[in-house]
Amino acid sequence: MPIADDRRKKRSSVHFTSLCFRTLPALATSFTRICKNWQFCVYKNAFGTSDQRNIKEDKLKEKSQESTIPHGLLHKHPFAKKVTTLPKARYGGRHAVTMLPGGGIGPELMSYVKEVFKYGGVPVDFETVQIHPTSDSNEDLEYAITSIRRNGVGIKGNIETKSLDTSVISRNVAIRNQLDLFVNVVHCKSYAGVAGQHQNVDIVIVRQNTEGEYAMLEHESPPGVVESMKVITAQNSERVARYAFEFARKNNRKKVTTVHKANIMKLSDGLYLETARNVAKEYPEIQHNDMIIDNCCMQLVSNPHQFDVMSMPNLYGSIVSNVICGLIGGAGLLSGRNFGDYYAVFEPGTRNTGTAIAGKNIANPIAMLNASVDMLEYLNLKPYANTIKLAVEKTINEDLIHTPDLKGNASSLDVVQNIIRHVQTLSVKW
Amino acid sequence: MAFSCSKILLNDDLSSDKKRKCTLIPGDGVGPELVHSVIEVFKAANVPVTFDMFFLSEIQHSLSAPLDAVANSITTNGICLKGVLTSPDYSRTGELQTLNMKLRRALDLYANVVHVKSLPGVKARYHDVDVVIIREQIEGEYSALEHESVRGVVECLKIVTAKRSQRIAKFAFDYAVRNNRKKVTAVHKANIMKLGDGLFLKSCRDISTLYPKIEFETMIVDNATMQMVSNPYQFDILVMPNLYGNIIDNLASGLVGGAGIVPGSSFSDDCVVFEPGARHSFAEAVGKNLANPTALLLCASKMLNHINLPYYGDMIRNAVNNVLKDGKIKTKDIGGHATTDEFTFAVINHLNVQ
Repeated sequence: MPIADDRRKKRSSVHFTSLCFRTLPALATSFTRICKNWQFCVYKNAFGTSDQRNIKEDKLKEKSQESTIPHGLLHKHPFAKKVTTLPKARYGGRHAVTMLPGGGIGPELMSYVKEVFKYGGVPVDFETVQIHPTSDSNEDLEYAITSIRRNGVGIKGNIETKSLDTSVISRNVAIRNQLDLFVNVVHCKSYAGVAGQHQNVDIVIVRQNTEGEYAMLEHESPPGVVESMKVITAQNSERVARYAFEFARKNNRKKVTTVHKANIMKLSDGLYLETARNVAKEYPEIQHNDMIIDNCCMQLVSNPHQFDVMSMPNLYGSIVSNVICGLIGGAGLLSGRNFGDYYAVFEPGTRNTGTAIAGKNIANPIAMLNASVDMLEYLNLKPYANTIKLAVEKTINEDLIHTPDLKGNASSLDVVQNIIRHVQTLSVKW
Repeated sequence: MAFSCSKILLNDDLSSDKKRKCTLIPGDGVGPELVHSVIEVFKAANVPVTFDMFFLSEIQHSLSAPLDAVANSITTNGICLKGVLTSPDYSRTGELQTLNMKLRRALDLYANVVHVKSLPGVKARYHDVDVVIIREQIEGEYSALEHESVRGVVECLKIVTAKRSQRIAKFAFDYAVRNNRKKVTAVHKANIMKLGDGLFLKSCRDISTLYPKIEFETMIVDNATMQMVSNPYQFDILVMPNLYGNIIDNLASGLVGGAGIVPGSSFSDDCVVFEPGARHSFAEAVGKNLANPTALLLCASKMLNHINLPYYGDMIRNAVNNVLKDGKIKTKDIGGHATTDEFTFAVINHLNVQ
């Protein structure tokens, strides 16, 4: 089954719904080809018995076990996603990392990261893969995913998908799904030198990253009625909940708040909530509460200090992380971490492309630099991570060199040069 | 967007905690003389690296530092510069593993990289050769598993594992990606050792599917040696099991001017040991002041590039290249009469210290 069917094809074929069920090919002469395609899908969905499905699953399982290296796209095959790992690309203490600059301000920000790394003496080699935003083919995308697979770690800007063709999937979502990066973590910590709506905010958002509303399963059955499926699985909900609680335990956090809308979506969000409650039982030392998403948003803007670690499904995570980012200083500050069982991808926290300010030397480099610090921490290069982190904090809090988005008048280069100055004076202790 | 930064502060006063430590193993034969040359050049170039020196030797057993101490030092420092350790044909203790092998195993130095590159001003069979030979050096024929079950019949086990074969293949392809190389050739003898080398070959092939932009081909080892001497330009990166690597390293080194000028390095996940590419201790020349320090100086230059000190690395490499290009001061092995010291001073005079 193709990743996303051509919508036009579908719309013409839905008129023949009833006919196709009775399989009257003679009546559908002009639409034979289209119908066949559609019919096949319907047949599989409607009549595929559980036995058949099991066979399919088994085959996929076998496939994933027999070959040690993952081939092709694993998109939407949750049972085939667990693959044996490759050796990490770490040689003599140097790491190879895939860099996907993406669109808009991405390439600028990446050049700043490279520059800071150069002056910090960071033992990381970047493999840059550019994905063309207007391209209709997924070739670049597949290469980028392969590259992250072999390096294990990636740093990315936001990748634009300009193509309107429905068969071209969102590149950002595809990367997360195919690498099974099931959790996204945004650490929202306010900077003392930035005047946000609130001060001293310190919230960690743990977001389900691969399913929910982002399952990319939409269809128009009768014309004018579009259904979009939100998928919640117990397995993924548990992984996210467990991640949140483990994170809380490791980092001495006191409370985990599960955000949901189980009063309306009693089954899907209900499953998410119930799973979280079950997992919470295993972590008695950590307080667990839950909050409905609309109330949560209100509480966030009125009193964000009540939150510690928050765990939520995909779309709510997108909204909540943007709300908090706005509260403490905007999209240019925070970084996000995407983790799967085997891979990790680091990016700016709010996933904005920033096309409007590209090339104007005013984009805030802090978000991407924070992403690179997260990456260095993940790669176990703590001394380098701490140096850059400290340099960033000094620049924002002490030197008060801010880009226009933080109501400052410094250019991106001013900020980066100041950071480099600090990196050079702070000694990296080997 | 063009990026211009404030000027580099590389030569500013570097406090001692900014200096990087490096383990130094002079080795046997002319090793100590060559290491002296490197130390002199580092001093002259003001390189922010200090050395932890260990004398490690198998043939002078009683003087040797304990292996654990050396391995610990390399693990903490992450880098090591090493001369050549002679492996005697006999075993003093009846043990089959050589000291070299023990060190490699202790540190898991699984990948050996020899960059065979023609140097300017060195007369050799071929010019402009640029081949990288990557060799698995933990298992294979070097497993040190030999026994005589029936009198007069000795079996020597060659071990090939999928895990290590994949690891070396991935190393080779990642090396190609990082250094903008186009092709990887796997060298094997799978037509005879269908299972052992067959597994190696299959692992390489599996890994190659992850690198669609890098060409992959295979070649049987006997053919590869012939091709190497008749047309070395066809090769880019070669990846192979242990023994073939040992042979082809030496063969290719001979093509461009011999053991004195080819640098090599051994990688594990966490550390690198830089050592001459063709491992000969040149014991005949001990104390005669005529060995060529080029290989070890180039090793040192590569080491500096590895630890993000390209300013110094490039400075030393350029100085060596300029001395060779001038052609006035050459050691005996490349057709001159200069001594090791004369060559070292010439390199120091060519350093562009700012």
